[in-house]
Amino acid sequence: MIKRPTPERFRLRRTMMFMNAQKPGLIKDAYIYGCDSIMLDLEDAVAENQKDAARFSLYHALTTIDYGSTEVIVRINGLDTPHWQEDIRVCVAGGADGIRIAKCESAQDVKTVEAAVLAAEKEFGVEEGRTLLMAALESPKGILNAYEICAASDRMFGVAISGGDFRKCMQTKFQRDGVDMLVARGQMLIAARAAGIQCFDTVFTDLDDMEGFEAEVRQNKAMGFDGKSLINPKQIRLVHEIFAPTEKEVLQAEAMVRAFREAAAAGIGVFTVNGKMVDVAFIPGAERTLKLAKACGMYEGDLV
Amino acid sequence: MQIEKNAVAGTLESSDAMVTVEPGANGIELEISSSVMNQYGRQIRATVLETLSRLGVSEGKVTVVDKGALDCTLKARVECAVFRSCDKSAAGIPWGGAIK
Repeated sequence: MIKRPTPERFRLRRTMMFMNAQKPGLIKDAYIYGCDSIMLDLEDAVAENQKDAARFSLYHALTTIDYGSTEVIVRINGLDTPHWQEDIRVCVAGGADGIRIAKCESAQDVKTVEAAVLAAEKEFGVEEGRTLLMAALESPKGILNAYEICAASDRMFGVAISGGDFRKCMQTKFQRDGVDMLVARGQMLIAARAAGIQCFDTVFTDLDDMEGFEAEVRQNKAMGFDGKSLINPKQIRLVHEIFAPTEKEVLQAEAMVRAFREAAAAGIGVFTVNGKMVDVAFIPGAERTLKLAKACGMYEGDLV
Repeated sequence: MQIEKNAVAGTLESSDAMVTVEPGANGIELEISSSVMNQYGRQIRATVLETLSRLGVSEGKVTVVDKGALDCTLKARVECAVFRSCDKSAAGIPWGGAIK
């Protein structure tokens, strides 16, 4: 049995690719594409009469296939279905890194899932607290309750918006400038940052419109998202490119962190680097840039 | 477990297998057809028999139409078909016990 390393609550998650847990052809080698996380789906991609088969398939994939450093998350069925409890049992028993709660609308939904996860960890002898959680907000109610959802559990690593369902609820459809979801994305981002967790944007479904995809990813990055949900491997590279820092940003971040550490040791609080004022408030951002640069292969130093 | 009624799991898509189980009284009657029969026929047979034995199934007719499934997929399809034949596939599965 493959023993997956202990999941990290905060790690790089630029790309999270969905795949149907019921399709062996898809899940057997999903790690080769190089996305940061894969999202094995027990929910909408699996037909209602194949939910049972998908779990058997998922269990053996999780315990047999070595996904390496690719994170493995499972999207479970909604709390209004008869499936979610067995979904949680199989995720925990198989050692999934995390669970995505579909159609999450309240802190109570997170707590309900958390209680079932804890029960499963006890049942299967898995270390308590190992299994991480994230929530998908798919309705106006979910967006309005975003902060309480984000802050509902120490297992929560992130929150994502699900565009298809949300647009349907709002009686709108996809707009190229993103105005259809601007407020929802913004509110979710504020909630996630206030709670100190990560935030992911919805999928872009028109695989032929790479120009529209690029525009959306650039807007995601500008708004402050950590990453994006994807439906096809061909979308991965562009997201990694756009989310990577520029060379100039990396050099500036490195100079700032280095200068700050020297200045702090010498008892200096505020100083300048390449003509820009720097104080302690800039340092977490600079360190995050260096970590991202390291993950992208752009930085090999030892400051982070 | 005992195969109580006819049940099927899996598909005929590439990398998958379709497994059919039927009740029987003459031990395990296993029939396999595979696109990679010459290379992997013996291994497929061994995996299916081992999975049935782990589930405690000693009688029944089992038909496997393999489309190049990995061992882990074969196991998943055999297990699902057997649990479906007992109407027990939806909940309370012994993950890590009889299923491993």
